[in-house]
Amino acid sequence: MTWDYAPAPESTAMVSIDNTYGLYIGGDFVDPASGEYVKTINPATEEVLSAIAQADATDVDRAVEAARAAFEPWSTLPAPDRAKYLFRIARVIQERSRELAVLETMNGGKPIRESRDIDVPLAAAHFFYYAGWADKLEYAFAGRRAEPLGVAAQVIPWNFPLLMLAWKIAPALAAGNTVVLKPAETTPLTALAFASVCDQAGIPPGVVNIITGAGETGAMLVRHPDVDKVAFTGSTEVGKDIQRAIAGSAKHLTLELGGKAANIVFADAALDQAVEGIVNGIFFNQGHVCCAGSRLLVQESAFEQVMAKLKRRLGTLRLGDPLDKNTDIGAINSRAQLDKINSLVETGVDEGAELYQASCDLPDRGFWFPPSVFTGVSQSHRIAQEEIFGPVLSVLTFRTPEEAVEKANNTPYGLSAGVWTEKGSLILWMADRLRAGVVWANTFNRFDPASAFGGYKESGFGREGGPQGLSAYLRLTGP
Amino acid sequence: MNDRLAVRKTYKLFIGGAFPRSESARSYRVLAHNGDFLANASRASRKDVRDAVTAARAAWPSWSGLTAYNRGQVLYRVAEVMESRRAELIEQVQRAEGDANAGGQVDDAIDTWVWYAGLTDKLAYIAGGLNPVAGPYFNITVPESTGVVGIVAPERPSLAGLVERLAPALCGGNSVVATTSQVHPLVAISAAECFATSDVPPGVVNLLSGHRDELVPVLASHLDVDALDVTGLGEESLADAERAAAGNVKRIVRSQGERSPYEATAFMELKTVWHPMGT
Repeated sequence: MTWDYAPAPESTAMVSIDNTYGLYIGGDFVDPASGEYVKTINPATEEVLSAIAQADATDVDRAVEAARAAFEPWSTLPAPDRAKYLFRIARVIQERSRELAVLETMNGGKPIRESRDIDVPLAAAHFFYYAGWADKLEYAFAGRRAEPLGVAAQVIPWNFPLLMLAWKIAPALAAGNTVVLKPAETTPLTALAFASVCDQAGIPPGVVNIITGAGETGAMLVRHPDVDKVAFTGSTEVGKDIQRAIAGSAKHLTLELGGKAANIVFADAALDQAVEGIVNGIFFNQGHVCCAGSRLLVQESAFEQVMAKLKRRLGTLRLGDPLDKNTDIGAINSRAQLDKINSLVETGVDEGAELYQASCDLPDRGFWFPPSVFTGVSQSHRIAQEEIFGPVLSVLTFRTPEEAVEKANNTPYGLSAGVWTEKGSLILWMADRLRAGVVWANTFNRFDPASAFGGYKESGFGREGGPQGLSAYLRLTGP
Repeated sequence: MNDRLAVRKTYKLFIGGAFPRSESARSYRVLAHNGDFLANASRASRKDVRDAVTAARAAWPSWSGLTAYNRGQVLYRVAEVMESRRAELIEQVQRAEGDANAGGQVDDAIDTWVWYAGLTDKLAYIAGGLNPVAGPYFNITVPESTGVVGIVAPERPSLAGLVERLAPALCGGNSVVATTSQVHPLVAISAAECFATSDVPPGVVNLLSGHRDELVPVLASHLDVDALDVTGLGEESLADAERAAAGNVKRIVRSQGERSPYEATAFMELKTVWHPMGT
C-alpha cells in the first residue's frame, strides 16, 4: 500500500512583489547611483521574481550618511520609546507572518513549513525579546555604563534571510545604534519587505537602511570609514577577509562563520529520537545551516542499527515544491551552491567514501539535491573537513567517549555539536569537552532569542541572542 | 671583612615551567634607568615562540579543567609568593625603570593577583546563566576558556603591566604565552620564579624576553594561538598584528585599563547547552 499525499501548496495570493526594488535609504526607496539592477529568482522554478538595485560606493556612502544622521536622535530617544518601536516591529512581523513566510520560501527555496513555523516566528520573537532590553540596558551588565557604538554595518547570508536580519537589527536598535544592512545577493526580498515593516511601525527614517548588491557591496560597507561596528554572518573565508580589512581600526567586530558540527550518537541513546535528530540536524533547510550536524559520529556497536533506521527515514522525506505544506526538503538556494555541493560530493566519491542517496524524483526545473549520506568516511576526507552547506551527511564511527570528543573537535570550526545518550553524566562530561559554542543534547537545531548562539575557533566570535548578544552593540565602560 | 663578590643571576626565558636560554643562543643587553649595565637577557627566537605555544597548549586541558575554586587558590598562592619577594621586586623595578613609585607598582601587581583569585568562581554568574527559552528545554550559557592566549605586555610598567594582563587571562582558565617588556624584561623573569614556585602548572605561563618586532608577528600569526591581547602594542604595529591574527580568526583583546570581570571574560568563550525537559 502506498500513502500518497495530495498537493497542499500554500497560496501566494498574500504576496505582492514589485517589478524592481531600489535601495532603502533614509526611509525611502531610492534608485541606485549606477542605475544597475540584477534579477532575483525563485530557486525552485528559476522564475524571475523581481529586479534588485546594485549598490555601489556612492550608495554605500549615502546609506552610511543616512544612518549617521539618524544616530543622534535615535540614541537619545527616551529608552522606553525605543522599546515601543521594537515591540511594534515584532507585532507587524506577526501580523504579516503569512506574507513573509511565503515570500521567504519563494525567494530562498526553503520549505514553507520551516519559514512559517521557524524563521518568521523566531524573527518576531527576536524583536520582542530585544525590545524589552532597550530600556533596561543599565541592568544587563553589572557595574557597566552602556552606550551605543554608532552606525552598524551588517552583512547577512541567504540561508535564513529574515531571521538573520532580525538577529542583527533587533539588538543593534535596542542598544541605540542605527544600521545599514545588506542582505545576501540571492535572497533580498524579505529584507526589502522588512523596509515596509519599518515604515508601518513608524521607525524614524535612517535608523534602518537596507542596501542590496553582490559581495563587493558588502565589502565596501564593512570597510566604510564612518562605520563603528561590523557584524557579519557568512563563510569563514569572507570573515577572515573582513577581520584583515578592518585590522588596526577602531571598528568593533563580531563574526558568525562556518561550521562542521559533529552529531554524536552513543549506543545507549533513544535511537528513534536520535535518528529524528540526525535528520533534523542535516536536512533542516536543505543543510544550508552553519550549525548543521554534518558529521554524524556513531558509536560502533550501534552503527548498523542507526544506519538501517536512518536509511528507512530518508525514504520518507518528501522533496519538492517548497510551497507545499508537506514538503520536507526544498530547493537548493542557487545554482552556484548546487555546483558547490555537486563538486564536494564528487570529491567524496573520488576519495573512496560510499554514497547513499534516497531515491526521489527531482523536479525538472530549479535547483535540487537529494538527501545524501556518506559512509566509510575518514577524518582526512574533504567531506569530513569542509563545510558542504547542503543535504549531505558524513558518517564516522567511534568506540569511547574520549575518541568521540577527539574526532568531534578535530576541525578548525567550533560552532555547534550534538550529543545523544540516555546517561546524564555523560552528556555533561561531553558538553564540557566539546569545543563548540552551542551543544544540543538529545535535541538539535534549537534556537531562541534568550539563548546565546555563536562559535568557537574559526566559527567566529561574539554571540547573538541573550544579554550576551546585546553586548556586541554596546560600549561598556567602568562606572 | 672583605666585600663579598656577588653571585649574579642569569635571566633566561620561562617555557614549560623551565628556564631555558633562547634556542638561538642570542642575548641582548639590558640597562638600568641610569644607563648602567644590568644583565644580558635572552633574546627569544621564532622557534622559542613556537616551543612556548606547544607548552601552553599541552598545559591548557588540565589547567582549564581545574575547578574554579582550585584555580583561584593557585592565583592567590602567586600573590603570597610575590608578597614574600616584595622587597626584591621593588628593588628590581626601581633599578630598571627608575620609578619613584616602584613600591606602588609591585603592590599593585600583588593585589591584582588577589583580585582575580577571588573572581574565578564568579565568572559563570557574571557572564552566563539560565536562559528562559520559549519551550520545554533546560538551557544554560557558561563562560569557558578560549585556549592559548598570546599577550604582548606593555613596556612600562614592566611588572604591573604584565600582571594586569596575565591575571585576567589565567583567571578564566587560559594558558598564556607573553612577551615581556623589551627594555625592562628582568623583573618579569623574576616574577616567573614566583609562578614556578606557586603551583602554577608548568606551561600555563610562558614568558619570552626579546625583540618585539621579531616575536609579535610569530605570535600573532601562530595557528594554535586562540586569542591575542594587543593592549601593550603601539599604534604602529597594531594593524599588522591584527591582520596576522585573522588567519585563524583570533579573538583580539584590548584592556580597558582596570580590574574588572570583563577583562577576564574578554579572554573567554560562551557555551550554550540545551536539553529537553520531559518524562
